[in-house]
Amino acid sequence: MNLKTLILATTATAMFAGAAVAKDMTIVSWGGAYSASQNNAYHKPYMEQHPDINIINDESSNEAVAKLRAMNEAGNITWDLVDVVASDAIRLCDEGLAMEINFDEMLAPAPDGTPASEDFGDLIVSDCFIPQIVYSTTFGYRSDVAEWNGKEPQDICAVFDLENFPGKRSLEKRPINNMEWALLCDGVAKDEVYDVLETEEGVNRALAKLDTIKDQVVWWSAGAETPQLLADKEVVIGSTYNGRLFSLIEEQKQPVKMLWDAQVFDLDGWIIPTGLPEDRLQMVKDYLYFATDTQRLADQAKYISYGPARKSSAPLVGKHATLGIDMAPHMPTDPANATNTFLYNYEWWADYRDDLDAKFQAWLTQ
Amino acid sequence: MSEKDIIVSFSEVQKSYDGVSLVVKNLNLDIQRGEFLTMLGPSGSGKTTCLMMLAGFESATHGEIYLNGRPINNVPPHKRGIGMVFQNYALFPHMTVAENLAFPLQVRKMSKAEQEQKVKRALEMVELGAFGNRRPAQLSGGQQQRVAVARALVFEPELVLMDEPLGALDKQLREQMQFEIKHIHENLGVSVVYVTHDQSEALTMSDRIAVFNDGIIQQLSGPDDLYEDPQNSFVAQFIGENNKLEGKVTHVNGSLCDVELDDGTRLKADKVNVNAVGDRTTLSLRPERIEFEPQGLENIVKGKVEELIYLGDHIRVRMDVAGNREFVVKVRNRGQKRDLAVGQMVDIGWAADDCKALDFVQ
Amino acid sequence: MTDTTANGGPVLTTQDGTPLKVSLARALRREKMRSLVLIAPLLIFILVSFLLPIADMLFRSVENRIVADTLPKTVAALSAWNASSGELPDENVYAALHDDLLIAVDEKSHTRLGSRLNYELSGMSSLFRKTGRRVDRMDEGNYKEQFIKVDKDWGKVETWLFLKRYSPKYTPGYFLNAVDAEYGIEGIKMKPEDERIYLYLFWRTMFLSMVITGSCLLLGYPIAFLLANLPLRYSNLLMILVLLPFWTSLLVRTSAWKVLLQQQGVINDTLVWLGLVSNTDRIVMINNQTGTIIAMTHILLPFMILPLYSVMRTISPSYMRAARSLGATDWTAFWRVYFPQTIPGIGAGAILVFILSIGYYITPELVGGTDGIFISNRIAYHISSSLNWGLAAALGVILLSLVLLLFYVYDKIVGIDNVKLG
Repeated sequence: MNLKTLILATTATAMFAGAAVAKDMTIVSWGGAYSASQNNAYHKPYMEQHPDINIINDESSNEAVAKLRAMNEAGNITWDLVDVVASDAIRLCDEGLAMEINFDEMLAPAPDGTPASEDFGDLIVSDCFIPQIVYSTTFGYRSDVAEWNGKEPQDICAVFDLENFPGKRSLEKRPINNMEWALLCDGVAKDEVYDVLETEEGVNRALAKLDTIKDQVVWWSAGAETPQLLADKEVVIGSTYNGRLFSLIEEQKQPVKMLWDAQVFDLDGWIIPTGLPEDRLQMVKDYLYFATDTQRLADQAKYISYGPARKSSAPLVGKHATLGIDMAPHMPTDPANATNTFLYNYEWWADYRDDLDAKFQAWLTQ
Repeated sequence: MSEKDIIVSFSEVQKSYDGVSLVVKNLNLDIQRGEFLTMLGPSGSGKTTCLMMLAGFESATHGEIYLNGRPINNVPPHKRGIGMVFQNYALFPHMTVAENLAFPLQVRKMSKAEQEQKVKRALEMVELGAFGNRRPAQLSGGQQQRVAVARALVFEPELVLMDEPLGALDKQLREQMQFEIKHIHENLGVSVVYVTHDQSEALTMSDRIAVFNDGIIQQLSGPDDLYEDPQNSFVAQFIGENNKLEGKVTHVNGSLCDVELDDGTRLKADKVNVNAVGDRTTLSLRPERIEFEPQGLENIVKGKVEELIYLGDHIRVRMDVAGNREFVVKVRNRGQKRDLAVGQMVDIGWAADDCKALDFVQ
Repeated sequence: MTDTTANGGPVLTTQDGTPLKVSLARALRREKMRSLVLIAPLLIFILVSFLLPIADMLFRSVENRIVADTLPKTVAALSAWNASSGELPDENVYAALHDDLLIAVDEKSHTRLGSRLNYELSGMSSLFRKTGRRVDRMDEGNYKEQFIKVDKDWGKVETWLFLKRYSPKYTPGYFLNAVDAEYGIEGIKMKPEDERIYLYLFWRTMFLSMVITGSCLLLGYPIAFLLANLPLRYSNLLMILVLLPFWTSLLVRTSAWKVLLQQQGVINDTLVWLGLVSNTDRIVMINNQTGTIIAMTHILLPFMILPLYSVMRTISPSYMRAARSLGATDWTAFWRVYFPQTIPGIGAGAILVFILSIGYYITPELVGGTDGIFISNRIAYHISSSLNWGLAAALGVILLSLVLLLFYVYDKIVGIDNVKLG
């Protein structure tokens, strides 16, 4: 066999193989239980319907913003679809790294025919962001703290009440949420929080409130830390994502209870990186149409206690796939849990995040 | 010899590393003040271990070592006041030559002036007066050697130990250093215990030589006695060149004895290390004591010339004598032609006194 | 030979008449080329993966083309505006801004500019986003009024001063930020006390790295000594134990430290059980500086031990024996003879550990709490979270310069040739 025929043969084989082998689609998400829920609710049924598509899971969502920018600068986008929180989506959209979405054209309407944009409603916080779930950052507390003499926290201000509820607390190592909670417990009305926080005095006021518990706080940066700290009795009360607390309470059966008061709603969803080639874009669009429809979003709640982002999905939420318990009462959006909620102001934080973060970090090091 | 003349005394010293075998077996040795004593032996014979026990780097498993009549088993090395020259000199690489020499003086808290003076004198003694500011790595092997000797002597110890100090030098330098060390010893009058496996070095330098083998001193005597009157086969074999003939004692006659070799040859020998008629014995015979054209000698045998090697000052003749094909005869080169040829049968002979009947070693 | 030619003597030639020097140079050149080809893959690798990124980082820390690229006409128009007049720019500037923004909105680059400027002045992000939504609906003419109607910030002199300040293609802004200063409307000044963080973090990074280097040395020296002097079969086993942290995953290692050090952890439990510490006063050993120092010392210990070991192994035991035979006590022998010879190993180990710890961020992030984090944690934050790569680059450049400066000082004091890495 001479060289020419060898090359021809190889090329032919490669082309043939290319036609037969499944196409890869790289989906980036958070890993852990969350990726597992997406795998069960979206990826598996989709791949059953489309045997020619192979979904590759990449667990890089926590560094997605930086990686997308690096990919964009290198001109080589290797991701097809990325799961990010709403604030990151806004940043990516501002930077031109995420594609704008035409909701009604790209996404399925609700079963009753309501267009997608209406079904998602005001959860569409950015032009580039397809909401998927509503989660909340809220507190869990140990129900067996002897020093509390049988009292249990009733509202968010218990976090700042060292007298009645002594012990260590865990808070996230960033200003977002903590500043709002501090102001709420310092007597600021809910709808004035951001106006107050916009001023120098407001920031100082929030930090002064946080100062009162500073030496009792363990600061976390990964969502898994608070559940672990609660389980180890290292802290008695701590903030984290409600799904983490759900598995701590319902799956690991720890003596921990939820404090839904002043939970901060946040959104997680999809963005499509800009600059995808047409064939990959079509593939992603086809997947998204399927994975964001009413039933699929409701299905995800079988595996994790986060609320579906479509209004039409809420009635379809059923029981947990393995525990068999009703999932509706564990949703942050459940009326019983959502008596006092706080909505994250994306626009405001986009403006003040850098500034407040600098101040917050400076305060932390003092 | 009075007690005061003995500087070091080993008394029933034994040493074992593993608790199974002894490296040094029941060593008894007195070293005289001012003496140059060499411990000579093959590697593993226990000589270095003895030196290390004396220096204090190894402890005796049993027995006692005395220095100036004082037991020193529990005295740490730095309090023994013994100078030592190491195999690879162990000059401190981060110090200059002068600093190396000043080190033992500094740890003895001598005054600066005294230090400088002694260092200068020691350097002059080894003819390195101009090298005080060099680092050891900038010196040649011989120079390093001299610094090591000077450092071991600078604090004026009574006793200096040397552990194969010339092993790393080439032959010519080694011979020169042998004389230098010998002269320093003679001039200063210190006692020296010198360890080597090189017999010519031992013969050149020593007052007395202790030949070690298998953890035991095989013989302790002056260089000439060691060569002329080996006490056993090992010493005869280890010191100088030696021809071995094996046989059985047939008759004892005062200091002489008759020996019948295995091929039936009968010889007369000096009875050194055999007891009675019937004992097996090894005869030891120096190659230079054998003569061609023997006349008036007690022992005359026939031998076949196997090989001739011309070595300038002498000729080595390898022969087949009484079944020993490694029998060597050294013939002085006197200038006249010898008509020896390979394959030739010739008569050779030697005096009975030159033929030592020693213990039999298989 | 050279002497001959230098003195004007006959030029030596080879058999075929070529001057010997030419011939020699040719032969050597061939050898040089061959060795160059051999190291070329490494050179290219270093160039691409190391030198170019560093150059890129240096460039990013001062680069600011985004303003002039996004708003070219506005920048040109602003150059005619007298900033010290205290008056708003005239209609030309607003018209230019309108033109620029129309194109920018089309390219979706106005929000990117907004987030860039927001690093320096809060509110710029929403100003550009808001204005971008409205700019295509503006009527022809009288743009000044229309812009101010969209957002009153356009009617503030400060906004324009700020825009003018950041219109050059290169800016010291990132570097000023990195040393707790700001290049604001009033010029360069230090930030308010309660916002200063980076200088303090640089200092803390240096200080903690030195403490970590010191504790690595204290713990590693005896172990390296043991390794170098034990019989081979024991030292191999010990070496495996020393290298164990290398082979353990970061998370396992960190979790192990948490289990040991936390207030309800093994060490505290033991201390309480022994009665050394009361149950209410359990010691805080993690999520603070102590945690960082302990965990980082553990991780970096091998980097101290290995160079020390490789140096100690070459030190013959006869040096110590010689020193003792010369009358030195064990301590003097160690301090005056053994220790000085290990200095190259100490130098190498200390440099390795110090430089590694200066750049560490995962471990401090996990166990450092708030007072045990390093400057690298802020760099990581600006790279991955705030996307303020310019500031991250400036911080990185300063860190790099500090390391180089320390190298220089080290070279002056100890001498860099006194370092033995293996």
